[in-house]
Amino acid sequence: MTTLLIFVIVLFVAIALWQMVKIFDLAQVGGPSSQVADDKDNRINGYLMIGFLIFIYAITILSFYYLGDLPLIGNSASEHGPGIDNLMVISMVVIFIVQIVTQFLLHYFAFKYKGEKGRKALFYADNNTLEAIWTIIPVIVLAGLIIYGLFTWNDIMNVTAATDDEDPMVIELYAQQFNWKARYSGEDNVLGQANVRLIDLDRANILGLDEADPYAQDDVIVTELHLPKGRPILFKMRSQDVLHSAYMPHFRAQMNCVPGMVTQFAFTPMVTTAEMRQNPDMQDKVKNINEIRLENKEDIEARGQDLVYEFDYLLLCNKICGKSHYNMQMKIIVEEQEEFDAWMAEQTKFAASLN
Amino acid sequence: MGATAEAHLHDDHEVHHHKETFVTKYIFSQDHKMIAKQYLITGVLVMGIIGIFMSLMIRMQIAWPEQPNVLFETFLGKWAPGGVMDADIYLALVTIHGTLMVFFVLTAGLSGTFSNLLIPLQIGARDMASGFLNMISYWLFFISCVVMIASFFVEMGPAAAGWTIYPPLSALEMAQPGSGLGMTLWLVSMAIFIASSLLGSLNYIVTVINLRTKGMSMTRLPLTIWAFFVTAVIGVISFPVLLSAALLLIMDRSFGTSFFLSDIFIQGEVLHYQGGSPVLFEHLFWFLGHPEVYIVLLPALGITSEIIATNSRKPIFGYRAMVASILAIAFLSTIVWGHHMFISGMNPFLGSVFTFTTLLIAIPSAVKAFNYITTLWKGNLQMNPAMLFSIGLVSTFITGGLTGIILGDSALDINVHDTYFVVAHFHLVMGISALYGVFAGIYHWFPRMYGRMMNKNLGYLHFWVTAICAYGVFFPMHFIGMAGLPRRYYTNSNFPLFDDTTNTQAVITMFAIIGGTIQLVFLYNFIHSVFYGKKAEQNPWRSNTLEWTAPVEHIHGNWPGALPTVYRWSYDYSKPGHDEDFVPQNVPLKEGEEELQH
Repeated sequence: MTTLLIFVIVLFVAIALWQMVKIFDLAQVGGPSSQVADDKDNRINGYLMIGFLIFIYAITILSFYYLGDLPLIGNSASEHGPGIDNLMVISMVVIFIVQIVTQFLLHYFAFKYKGEKGRKALFYADNNTLEAIWTIIPVIVLAGLIIYGLFTWNDIMNVTAATDDEDPMVIELYAQQFNWKARYSGEDNVLGQANVRLIDLDRANILGLDEADPYAQDDVIVTELHLPKGRPILFKMRSQDVLHSAYMPHFRAQMNCVPGMVTQFAFTPMVTTAEMRQNPDMQDKVKNINEIRLENKEDIEARGQDLVYEFDYLLLCNKICGKSHYNMQMKIIVEEQEEFDAWMAEQTKFAASLN
Repeated sequence: MGATAEAHLHDDHEVHHHKETFVTKYIFSQDHKMIAKQYLITGVLVMGIIGIFMSLMIRMQIAWPEQPNVLFETFLGKWAPGGVMDADIYLALVTIHGTLMVFFVLTAGLSGTFSNLLIPLQIGARDMASGFLNMISYWLFFISCVVMIASFFVEMGPAAAGWTIYPPLSALEMAQPGSGLGMTLWLVSMAIFIASSLLGSLNYIVTVINLRTKGMSMTRLPLTIWAFFVTAVIGVISFPVLLSAALLLIMDRSFGTSFFLSDIFIQGEVLHYQGGSPVLFEHLFWFLGHPEVYIVLLPALGITSEIIATNSRKPIFGYRAMVASILAIAFLSTIVWGHHMFISGMNPFLGSVFTFTTLLIAIPSAVKAFNYITTLWKGNLQMNPAMLFSIGLVSTFITGGLTGIILGDSALDINVHDTYFVVAHFHLVMGISALYGVFAGIYHWFPRMYGRMMNKNLGYLHFWVTAICAYGVFFPMHFIGMAGLPRRYYTNSNFPLFDDTTNTQAVITMFAIIGGTIQLVFLYNFIHSVFYGKKAEQNPWRSNTLEWTAPVEHIHGNWPGALPTVYRWSYDYSKPGHDEDFVPQNVPLKEGEEELQH
């Protein structure tokens, strides 16, 4: 019954809209309207072009004013983060200059040269110098961006070079529908062999470690990722079922987790969770979020969440992985080495965790 | 129109007339003009409305998550108990919205409509090289539409693994409900779709190469035809690769092979698959997937070139550079697919290579944008709705294209990959731009298709509201993406971190609803004008191309007498030494007149 009612309402709204449009349509009829733009149309739309140019500039300014503090292009928490952020800022500056100039030319010309009866356009079909100019300028600008980008990319992704001399801590990130686990390699800093075929839920061998492998015995499996500040971390990623992506936006880090292969990503966390919470920008952001949360108090409490938000680093899944993709997350805590050591000492080693 | 075509009316050339029944004229038609209209109505209008409506439901869910919504209750039925959308159907909507818009609307709808309509008419041919294959192509497309829509009516729902259908999610029934029969139907539908697309593309290629009328050299072709031609070539090169990926995926799903699957433990059991790799699928998919972007975009740019030149009353600036940039884009489009896979786990060195090739593609794109702007310079711009949409296309092409410089840069992609930044980027540069191309084409060639004019004032209303909403939706979305919000999340309420994006999400949804609703004005204008529009003159836009030398009423063979002969390129607008500000291609050169050598 409700469905029927809705259909009737939708139908009426459609008819009303149809009629309104028709009235609008008929109201335009005055004289022999040819449906081809005349001088009046050219003039009105020419002015609207300038209006639209202003609109584009306005939405740009408004977006920066109201949303400018959203982007993660400052306060990165990893060693390589500022490199990415610099490249981002430079690219953005280039883009905005080009955007502002080209949109101006486009809309200004559309306004300036709006058609008039009797005027003839300039017959101007070709100019090789101009073509050369706007081929070469993008070539130079892009060459700069490409070279800068490739250096940044190689620094980040060249895991072996970064790790040979810096002795990274090896941690496995393990993805499954719809949660994350982390496996620390223990005192030997070598992960035990593992394969999903060795998973034995009865013995609580949930990540499929090779129980006979001596390297596996001191591995530690947890559901909350703790990282010591200032130590390079080499992440080895696995997935047991479908594609996932380990996305750690505050560290400017992301890598897919692919069933059947091990992928890797390395970074060095530089800011502890406690330090980040003291960061003035972050405090503003958290304050703003908490104001918004207070406005939606009922919804949030209905969902059973804490009303007050406190900042934490997060690992999110960023590759569509099924129904609960939207809630596949793990908390990351960056802390001083001593705190990390204390936490690690409390964890159960793999050998002791088996049933 | 010139006197030549007039004279041809009295030529004694026989134009063969078939006996036509309703079925051969309107249903199993082999006439390219009727097939174009069939594509327009099925591909653009019907599938477009469904696709846009899905996007509105997606937007409402994002802005007001887990709230009862009467639209959800009505249209999603059991998948929205109490009007609250289910998480599985959200992913299904995202998947089918993407599939419909990219393939059905902007590939089949766009190329199917305008390549079919314009290739024979603009090159001076009686019809496509094979009218029969053309008919088969349309009906295969029609079947694929039916199969795709049918997947909404199966028990477990339609495919829900994203339009990229990455395995293992798409391969394993236990991974999500949509990967059962829904995914099978998706794959079947796409296989049929690809067959349709290949038949169409081959037909376009053969027609352009073989059936150009006397005098229509490749360097006199309108840029529309260049764009359609090159698009067809890219399609023929890349679509078979997707077909192979789909077939291999069907093998993995149904026959136990392990092309894309290995070492999987799901729902308490180990599966037998060993040795395959999902990354292989990603390579195969994006070998089509990236050229696909240009399959969508190039025809729209071709349409824009024609419309901007005609309405500026000026030659398109830099014809040769435009052709060269189309060819460069086509070539580069086949070697950039890896930029979708920077963080897929492939070797980082490949990432460097693909960054290089990807940023190269910005160069021909920049050339095109500057050439459009220069075409406007010192023109005499006729602000018809088609012209507005073309200028709008250049605007969104620039805005959306520029952010490609960030996404194409592997180091930057790490942090914005798969966030709303990507959504904003590709919707502007290929979604909105190509859609503007479709609208521009419809407004411009409506008189050619239906012999009537569309209402210009409704066209203006349609354009301005759409243009504002397009920026209103996608511009702020970049910022949400840069805040690190992943796409394809059913709700963000589990992440207080992103609570400061919720108001923006609501604003975006408002713009989307207004922008989606205003399309009804277009729909009204279209349907009303088909029946009651003002009767069109033969050449209402005073254009140079050959389609306007054919009579308004559609006849088999397009021209009643002999085919027109071409004496010049199609951009002789406002040429000094002529009284009118346009000189159709079939007008011979005057005594002493020089043809611009191109």
